[in-house]
Amino acid sequence: MSRASLPQACAAMLRRDLLLAWRRRGDLAMPVLYAVIVVVLFPFALGPDLALLQRIAGGVVLVTVLLAMLLALDAMFASDIEDGSLEQLVLAPQPLALMLGMKILAHWLATALPLIVIAPLLAGMLHLPATAIPVLLLALLLATPLLSLLGAVLVALTAGTRRSGMLLALMLLPLCVPVVIFAAGAVAAAQEGLPWFAPVAWLGAALILCVVLAPLACAAALRIALDA
Amino acid sequence: MTAATSAPLLEAHRLSFHRQDEPVFAPLDFRLHAGELALVEGDNGSGKTTLLRLLAGLLHVSEGRLLWRGAPWQREACAGEILFLGHQLGQKLDLGPRENLAFATGLHGRRDDITMDAVLDEVGLAGYGDEPLRRLSAGQKKRAALARLLLQPAALWLLDEPYANLDRHGIALVNRLLERHVAAGGAVLVSSHGAVGFHGGEPQRIRMHA
Repeated sequence: MSRASLPQACAAMLRRDLLLAWRRRGDLAMPVLYAVIVVVLFPFALGPDLALLQRIAGGVVLVTVLLAMLLALDAMFASDIEDGSLEQLVLAPQPLALMLGMKILAHWLATALPLIVIAPLLAGMLHLPATAIPVLLLALLLATPLLSLLGAVLVALTAGTRRSGMLLALMLLPLCVPVVIFAAGAVAAAQEGLPWFAPVAWLGAALILCVVLAPLACAAALRIALDA
Repeated sequence: MTAATSAPLLEAHRLSFHRQDEPVFAPLDFRLHAGELALVEGDNGSGKTTLLRLLAGLLHVSEGRLLWRGAPWQREACAGEILFLGHQLGQKLDLGPRENLAFATGLHGRRDDITMDAVLDEVGLAGYGDEPLRRLSAGQKKRAALARLLLQPAALWLLDEPYANLDRHGIALVNRLLERHVAAGGAVLVSSHGAVGFHGGEPQRIRMHA
């Protein structure tokens, strides 16, 4: 009889969720498509004012990516609750918080990574100066996992309630605001040639805090959801 | 050492669960030793599923005491020793039986004395190992869920309606699995509406009252 070690269990969890995402890769295209459509329409809506587009480029790309992620957030635990997989996860010998952390990681890899990959393209469509693009990518690399983690806690809290999607969006909004302020602030500073590290450091610190606390909060919230 | 002289695996004293301050079932007392099978009987709505979920640790005890191997029930103490098969099968429909089993063994570990192919053969899913569960019938989905019983090491099985959706052969399969597990020293708590053809001795009966 071979016991399952913790790294083995983490790998199994990650592998399963990534495999599931791949099997439903049609669903993964939605957020990317949404982001592309929004960004493509902006220059048409605002006219060919290059200076204006450049000024809003960083903010628009950030908000679009975060909203695109919001689309996919609701589904994080829905299927597992429905088919009883979450129950099995709660009963597993591994710490639930760690397994949920792996789930959130898989979700981020499947939904946010494609968005970050096309972010330079989106930024280019809005004429963001090339000097600001690395900072935009860094800001996205910090802001999107933050959103995944915070979103996961809120999805867990609203799991099983009716109209959970609407509740989720309403609750997520106040949490998104500081993230957007810091991330957009970093990009705007980089555009001006000013130091941009401070807001990025704040995002990094918030991310580290969330990486530790969010899975624990998620586990507690999901246990309550299963109880009911 | 006979089953009666060792500490019971699971022991319940006036066990009760309340939902919104209403008791779901009348207080229960029972003892389950290793090598024993207990049958939970009751009408629809009498709380059989709630009892099994309570014993698995998914719900918190409202009143009474639950003991695991003689000590007060604690999640950490029985982690990895309980296998729970509920109404919802706990399988991903987009994955095949083989992939679902690989995930379950990744979490719980696996018995080394049987191969994946042998397991699929035993439950009657040979050749369907890689077919997404979505495309299989209800009975086949149930068989895929039962495959876990062959691979996952556990002392106590908590099975909620294991016979549901199965044909004659499936029912015989479940009985075979139960007999083997009990003969090997495991314990089983089964909820079923009828047709338990268990040959390993007279099962203990736990009657549920609303």
